[in-house]
Amino acid sequence: MRFLLSPQQRDFARSLDAMLTAADTPSVIRGDHTARRALWSRIAEAGVFAPAVPEAYEGMGPLPVDLAVAFVELGRHAVPGPVVETVLAAALLAALPEPGPAKRLLPGLAAGETVATVGAPYALDGDAADVVLAVRGGELWLAPGVADVRPSLDPGRRITTPLPGGERISSRVPGHAFDWARLATAAQALGVGLALLDRTVTHVTRRVQFGVPTGSFQAVKHRLADAKTALEFARPLLFGAAVTLAPRDVAAAKAAACEAAYATARTALQLHGAIGYTAEYDLSLWLTKARALRTAWGSPAECRADVLSADVLSAARRA
Amino acid sequence: MDLTHSPADEAFRTEARAWLAAHVPAVPLPSLETEEGFGAHRAWEAELAADRWSVVSWPAAYGGRDAGLLRWLVFEEEYYAAGAPGRVGQNGISLLAPTLFDHGTEEQRARVLPPMATGEVIWAQAWSEPGAGSDLASLTSKAVRTEGGWLVNGQKTWSSRAAFADRAFGLFRSEPRTPKPHQGLTYLMFDLRAPGVTVRPIGRLDGKPAFADIFLDDVFVPDEDVIGEPGQGWRIAMSAAGNERGLTLRSPGRFLAAADRLVELWRGRGSPSQERERVADAVIGARAYQLFAYAAAARFLDGEPIGPESSLNKVFWSEYDIALHETALDLLGRDGELADTDWAEGYVFALAGPIYAGTNEIQRDIVAERLLGLPKGRR
Repeated sequence: MRFLLSPQQRDFARSLDAMLTAADTPSVIRGDHTARRALWSRIAEAGVFAPAVPEAYEGMGPLPVDLAVAFVELGRHAVPGPVVETVLAAALLAALPEPGPAKRLLPGLAAGETVATVGAPYALDGDAADVVLAVRGGELWLAPGVADVRPSLDPGRRITTPLPGGERISSRVPGHAFDWARLATAAQALGVGLALLDRTVTHVTRRVQFGVPTGSFQAVKHRLADAKTALEFARPLLFGAAVTLAPRDVAAAKAAACEAAYATARTALQLHGAIGYTAEYDLSLWLTKARALRTAWGSPAECRADVLSADVLSAARRA
Repeated sequence: MDLTHSPADEAFRTEARAWLAAHVPAVPLPSLETEEGFGAHRAWEAELAADRWSVVSWPAAYGGRDAGLLRWLVFEEEYYAAGAPGRVGQNGISLLAPTLFDHGTEEQRARVLPPMATGEVIWAQAWSEPGAGSDLASLTSKAVRTEGGWLVNGQKTWSSRAAFADRAFGLFRSEPRTPKPHQGLTYLMFDLRAPGVTVRPIGRLDGKPAFADIFLDDVFVPDEDVIGEPGQGWRIAMSAAGNERGLTLRSPGRFLAAADRLVELWRGRGSPSQERERVADAVIGARAYQLFAYAAAARFLDGEPIGPESSLNKVFWSEYDIALHETALDLLGRDGELADTDWAEGYVFALAGPIYAGTNEIQRDIVAERLLGLPKGRR
């Protein structure tokens, strides 16, 4: 029993953090498709998706703990694009009984040449994806594209709908693959929460009101202490779920991380005041992502129900 | 990163489980906050100690098993899963003993620890005073030098276990004028039946005498019962306070077992959907607390101090304990009002959590200032 990240995993996080800091994700989110695509390729080259792709298909996986480490960093930097959905596509393809689609699609996905998304029913950022998988009536399809592009509350996301038709690649949908999506979303949410807390601590240390920094007020301190507590108790749930990949553990991690991130977002907004309530201020990118991730791949209520369910229904069967 | 116990730790778990299965009383003991229950729990401590299960993490010389932190966590999981009684010796075991290991003399350890392990001597904590709760620096009870020891005067209050306990430990002002209020305090152990000591039990919310006032009138404390250097009591006691809030006061095993019982209660009541989220949160919280403890244990075994993260821990378990018991009482409906149930007893006990061991407001200040680096301000 040694429930701690290895030095290699901590180094992986630090190098991703450095790369993403240099990439200036807020300007990428506000930029065009080309900028997003370039960032997406760089994170794939840094090895973010490799832990989700089995070695047999030119990945390094399955390594769910490493995946969680990477996704905390993606969350901390509000990385846009169908990142969780790429992981889910990898997990679905890797789990199919027939190896053909995996052989065809997974190497490109691990290497960062192919952007993938999954429609169940919505396909996040399908307009930017090369591969659109669609879950329809218990079958897995390769959709010919997407339509109906709608904005998300989170400016880093767009909601799209897979087009009908395409190629049926499996008559079954491997339900446990959806646990990978939940795990990655939980990690991303934890990262979002940590970034919101960091930024808010910095803000209240500098922001002077009534002649003193607002961070010296006990009411302010206590809200931030509660945010810290919720995030620090979501963290071991996340990594525990990555170790076991047990559906109940993954559901618990998703519920706790998303609740902690969302509560931190509310605190961050309140403590920034009107400054935080503007789209031009970067904080908004994390505030809105905390809200979007909360209901992605299982709302808190669905995850809590799964925690108490002896036989956890897969997200695919609900979709 | 892994969650697999070593075969040796699993063997330890198996041994503990078998012992508990053979020894845990079939009928729950009466509440340890009553005179009758106190005696029954003292006897249970002796039964535990006879097979060296009362203080598994202590050295064998004092009645322990030299079990490390991970095995202590394993033991606690088994202990509470088996529905074993509450620990009446806990104040001594979790607060005084760690202090004696760090700051006591060999003579003190040899004299104090073995009867603590067997329940022969039950200890009460005597930190608080009417004018000093979480602000221990404002203590006014005095210790004045006398031949061979100290004469102690003053009043301690809200003293857990003191109604029926044998001895107590606390801080006393031995130097009246010091530049700072936390200087000049001395850490003493004293006999609750010594001449000059008056104990007045205080009923907590449910009327049970879970704590007491201790009035001290020229009570003689021999030099051998001073812990560490006179005047250094604050520093010595703070190391124990960190312990109290940290890993050893409320073990994850306690909450894992309570969450399981809550799920059973919920299912037994037809799994009402309006309580589903709160029951799930109890399960999630117990797991979070367990995994947080595993991570803290791993860091501790790497040589890192527990430090201010024990304040995170204290806020978490104390709020969690209340939420869990409130959920149980709500599930019980009208029966939730009945005072003579385990859930009601647990609820009243849980209500004190955010108050003792440093209020949660103090803990949040510590988290904000020492973990987040926020500026100090007026409280």
